[in-house]
Amino acid sequence: MPTTAPAFSDATASDSALRRFLFGLPGVDAVGLEARAASLGTRSIKTTAKAYAIDLAISMIDLTTLEGADTPGKVRALAAKAVNPDPTDRTTPRTAAVCVYPDMAATAAAALAGSGVKVASVATAFPAGRAALDVKLADVRDAVAAGADEIDMVIDRGAFLSGRFLKVYEEILAVKAECGAARLKVIFETGELSTYDNIRRASWIGMLAGADFIKTSTGKVATNATPANTLLMLEAVRDFRAQTGVQIGVKPAGGIRTTKDAVKFLVLVNETAGEDWLDPHWFRFGASSLLNDLLMQRQKLSTGRYSGPDYVTVD
Amino acid sequence: MSDQNRLGVFKTYKLYVGGKFPRSESGRVYEVTDSKGQWLANAPQSSRKDARDAVVAARKAFGGWSGATAYNRGQVLYRVAEMLEGRKDQFVREVAASEGLSKSKAAAVVDAAIDRWVWYAGWTDKIGQISGGANPVAGPFFNLSTPEPTGVVAVLAPRKSSLLGLVSVIAPVIATGNTAVVVASADAPLPALSLGEVLATSDVPGGVVNILSGVTAELAAPLAAHQDVNAIDLTGADPALAKELEIAAADNLKRVLRPGPVDADWAASPGTHRLTAFLETKTVWHPTGALGAAGSSY
Repeated sequence: MPTTAPAFSDATASDSALRRFLFGLPGVDAVGLEARAASLGTRSIKTTAKAYAIDLAISMIDLTTLEGADTPGKVRALAAKAVNPDPTDRTTPRTAAVCVYPDMAATAAAALAGSGVKVASVATAFPAGRAALDVKLADVRDAVAAGADEIDMVIDRGAFLSGRFLKVYEEILAVKAECGAARLKVIFETGELSTYDNIRRASWIGMLAGADFIKTSTGKVATNATPANTLLMLEAVRDFRAQTGVQIGVKPAGGIRTTKDAVKFLVLVNETAGEDWLDPHWFRFGASSLLNDLLMQRQKLSTGRYSGPDYVTVD
Repeated sequence: MSDQNRLGVFKTYKLYVGGKFPRSESGRVYEVTDSKGQWLANAPQSSRKDARDAVVAARKAFGGWSGATAYNRGQVLYRVAEMLEGRKDQFVREVAASEGLSKSKAAAVVDAAIDRWVWYAGWTDKIGQISGGANPVAGPFFNLSTPEPTGVVAVLAPRKSSLLGLVSVIAPVIATGNTAVVVASADAPLPALSLGEVLATSDVPGGVVNILSGVTAELAAPLAAHQDVNAIDLTGADPALAKELEIAAADNLKRVLRPGPVDADWAASPGTHRLTAFLETKTVWHPTGALGAAGSSY
């Protein structure tokens, strides 16, 4: 399976070649990056544009529940919400996917059958990724067999931070091979990568290894998706497509809770990667509470009255 | 350096929302004048988004405040009176300027406002006895009614009485465990904005009282229609506005307290009707445990 674009086949030939390639990537101007992300966050999106952005954001949500306390009942409730987010307004779009742990993937798949909402399952010893490769691959196989359409894997941050980039790369390759038809999202856990340069390097490892999506975070550490790290990853997928013609999706996850935040991310997408990415196939939000805020804002736009938490579900 | 040469340091009046002192989200301010038209200060002119943020803050604070013991709420309210006492001079100045009163009359108003806090502080653990109780029912049940706070209450403060009237509408709302979004008098908002500073230093959790200044109608309309506001006190609305707001408030069945006369005498004994206006009654039926023909019971 030719997962590496031909232009970069040399880069992944050996550990030292990959290291040379990654350290040859341009350094990130941290101040400039954050200033750019902040300035794009000041755009004022109102009325019809806001209505469009809200519906687009809803359709991009991977509605997520990743708790130890998850039950089949909770997953089914979440699935019902994903298919029909606002029962009082049937014009509300459905979300892109429901994201669960592998043991809940079958429950989610049964609940979502025929709805058009995808089943995403985290795998590879999520969220820490601290397990042997065989165990991780078995985790992926389980999830795919249970009906997952999308696999959210975590990279081995320990290997990445100690400079064993080829190990990270080969692990993603192996997981990709297990995925079969399922789309693979690669989580870098940007909050643990320390520097923007590392996030850029991790993005390129993921893209070279054949990720269908690159994803910021697990939502389980202190720092999750930020406008700056998402902007950086959007630049990476833009550059990758420019050089190889292969389009890759981006998924910020964790900490995006308000409509205002979500709209800021959509502005980043449009201004950085471009309109091609303004589609649930290429951009996702990993979120749970965000959906309720989007629904309340949607109700505000349609009724003119501020809505409240009594008018959306308690998750 | 003599006093004539010293540049005065003017105070930037700010809103009080969620325990913080933000400017209006809109960036607007308006000129506040004294009773003779002399400029006093610029006050923030809040927008409907500030009102929305205040409701979010009030909702967030509701669980903790309504869940606190009545005794604890009484202590906190008494603490407000203590803090107000310490800043009496400032409030006397602001009330005198806002309402055109002499210094001695303004001092009397501030004293009355402080006493009003103390009076309502005492009510927190007593209101249950007068608005709840054991009901006689025709069956072997204990039947107990207890009052519970309504929720988030939007309060339109009196237009004229800038401190005593203000305290008289805020204190009863929060004494029973509600949280409040207060729209200060548009003409005399300064004592209200300063009261925010007192509340912030009085153990009142952030968000329990949120104070907005600006055009009453502009702020009241979104609050009256807001689906997450449970009640509205229309005291500061003129009759035409009050009617409009009451119609908007009906949409989610808000409790509505209609405005009294504009020149109400706030110094008069307030009675308990403002305390009971924003309460819901919960009634519990419990078997008495009567054990049959012998008539014995627990």
